[in-house]
Amino acid sequence: MANTNELKYSKSHEWVRYEGDEAYIGITDFAQSSMGDLVFVNLPEVDDEIEVGEALGDIESVKAVEDVLSPVSATVLEVNEELLDAPEAINEHPYDAWFVRVGNITETEELLDEEAYDKFVEEEA
Amino acid sequence: MKLIFERSMPGRGQDIFPECDVEIKLPQAALREKEAALPEISENEMGRHYTELAKASRGVNDGFYPLGSCTMKHNPRINEKMAALPGFTNIHPLQPEWSVYGACKAMEMLEHDLGEITGMDRITLQPAAGAQGEFTGLLLIKSYHESRGENQRKEIIIPDSAHGTNPASAAMAGFKVVVIKSNEKGMIDLDDLKAHLSEKTAGLMLTNPNTVGIFDDNIMEITRMVHEAGGLCYYDGANLNAVIGLVRPGDIGFDCIHLNLHKTFSTPHGGGGPGAGPVGCKDFLAEFMPGTYSKDDGFVRAEKSLGDMTGFHGNFLVCMKALTYLLTIGAEGVPELAKNAVLNANYMMEKLKDYYPMAYDHTCMHEFVMSLEKFHKESHVSALDVAKALLDYGIHPPTMYFPLIVDEALMVEPTETEAKEVLDEAIEAFIAIHKQMMESPESVMACPVTTPVRRLDEVSAARHPILKYTAE
Repeated sequence: MANTNELKYSKSHEWVRYEGDEAYIGITDFAQSSMGDLVFVNLPEVDDEIEVGEALGDIESVKAVEDVLSPVSATVLEVNEELLDAPEAINEHPYDAWFVRVGNITETEELLDEEAYDKFVEEEA
Repeated sequence: MKLIFERSMPGRGQDIFPECDVEIKLPQAALREKEAALPEISENEMGRHYTELAKASRGVNDGFYPLGSCTMKHNPRINEKMAALPGFTNIHPLQPEWSVYGACKAMEMLEHDLGEITGMDRITLQPAAGAQGEFTGLLLIKSYHESRGENQRKEIIIPDSAHGTNPASAAMAGFKVVVIKSNEKGMIDLDDLKAHLSEKTAGLMLTNPNTVGIFDDNIMEITRMVHEAGGLCYYDGANLNAVIGLVRPGDIGFDCIHLNLHKTFSTPHGGGGPGAGPVGCKDFLAEFMPGTYSKDDGFVRAEKSLGDMTGFHGNFLVCMKALTYLLTIGAEGVPELAKNAVLNANYMMEKLKDYYPMAYDHTCMHEFVMSLEKFHKESHVSALDVAKALLDYGIHPPTMYFPLIVDEALMVEPTETEAKEVLDEAIEAFIAIHKQMMESPESVMACPVTTPVRRLDEVSAARHPILKYTAE
């Protein structure tokens, strides 16, 4: 399992894991548990340009559909196609189930570290 | 329960369909190589099969059906009788107009009435349902901007409380969706609207009253702001039941609209027949309208018509049911139905608000939204659990988890066709479930207990759907 300590978090409940100039993006444990069992995932395509605060994809459970908002402006280098067939992986291992790997990051929203994010979630709940 | 295929026995059959006595000439390529694997079943067994299915499902004929934003009102039987008249059923859209004057006249009457009700100059009955109506309205907006060379107007503004079809229709029509926030009263945040209006704005899509059952007080200001920015205003008629006969979308700044005949105009929702989503517009958009419209006992096509949304005149017989409804209740009945719909919703909300926190502290229109967030945090009982518990009282659950801006939402729309006793029984059921939640939350989470099936495995059904029967 990914070391959640090394991740950065958005207030819309996405996580970012930096690796050099690139980053992986997924959704947090809080996000997956409030959605409930996920049944469908929509992902962008490789080479898509994604923008800060805009949907990079969406997730669907039996009760709702929610956008996954991008915490960065960047180019999609890779999408995790395994999630398309097995969205339950997001419920089971939210911090390993990355949605996209991105590069050419031009803008990043203000992200929280784990402690600040946990506090934010506690206040929200 | 057995599938109809599992009741099938080779050689069984029935006499409903006579032997085919017409020679069928089809090219070889169009013919099946082997016979279709249709079930072979006697009339006796078939009747039992469908009766069993009917017993396992719930409809408006079984009991109270307060499904929010769906307007599950009574579907008067006279609608069915009128729509079944041979003059309406034994005709074909390709017949010459002189041979179907009656049908032409009936469509013209409905177009006229819907125009009068909505304050629109032109109505098309063609769109086959609400979402197709939305799509049609957006194409009108697109055609308008393109005709003026304003091709940069690619953004449709939609509030975060909107029905999911609104952003879907806008995206399908090639627009970019811009979502704006609702304020603490559940209405559009005017500052956020202002911040998102620009020379890229094609229009605004709005339901009023909105999905939290609140009529936006600032509507005149909202439509003025959109028009000033060069955009058009689209009215989603899903919630028209609250204001029909009292407020006309055309009088409060809307340029085009769609109506759901299967909501406000008492035609059945699915099962009993398809929906219909007529679209209305102001004169300046009429040249782009799809399909044909009635004129001088015939049909004509608009000058720059954007084409056909579906075949011919749409779901014609559904339109005849809606016309029957309007003729039955008359001009006086129209505002009365809206007032009673609002009265029924407020009656239930007032009786329930001491037990269930309402999402907005406000007089509601035709529906209201409660939030079970507090219960969910305290005892893990969710909106879903309460919805399931209502099934044991013979009540169809309200709309759940919508609108998305309210956590653990239950959205209740009683409609005007329910009597006070029915509302009182439903109120008692809600209160009894509240008591059960306080005393034994686990027992609520185990509901329903009296239904043909209990909790369904919705997750497996969604992840691994089995959509057809496959013979071994």
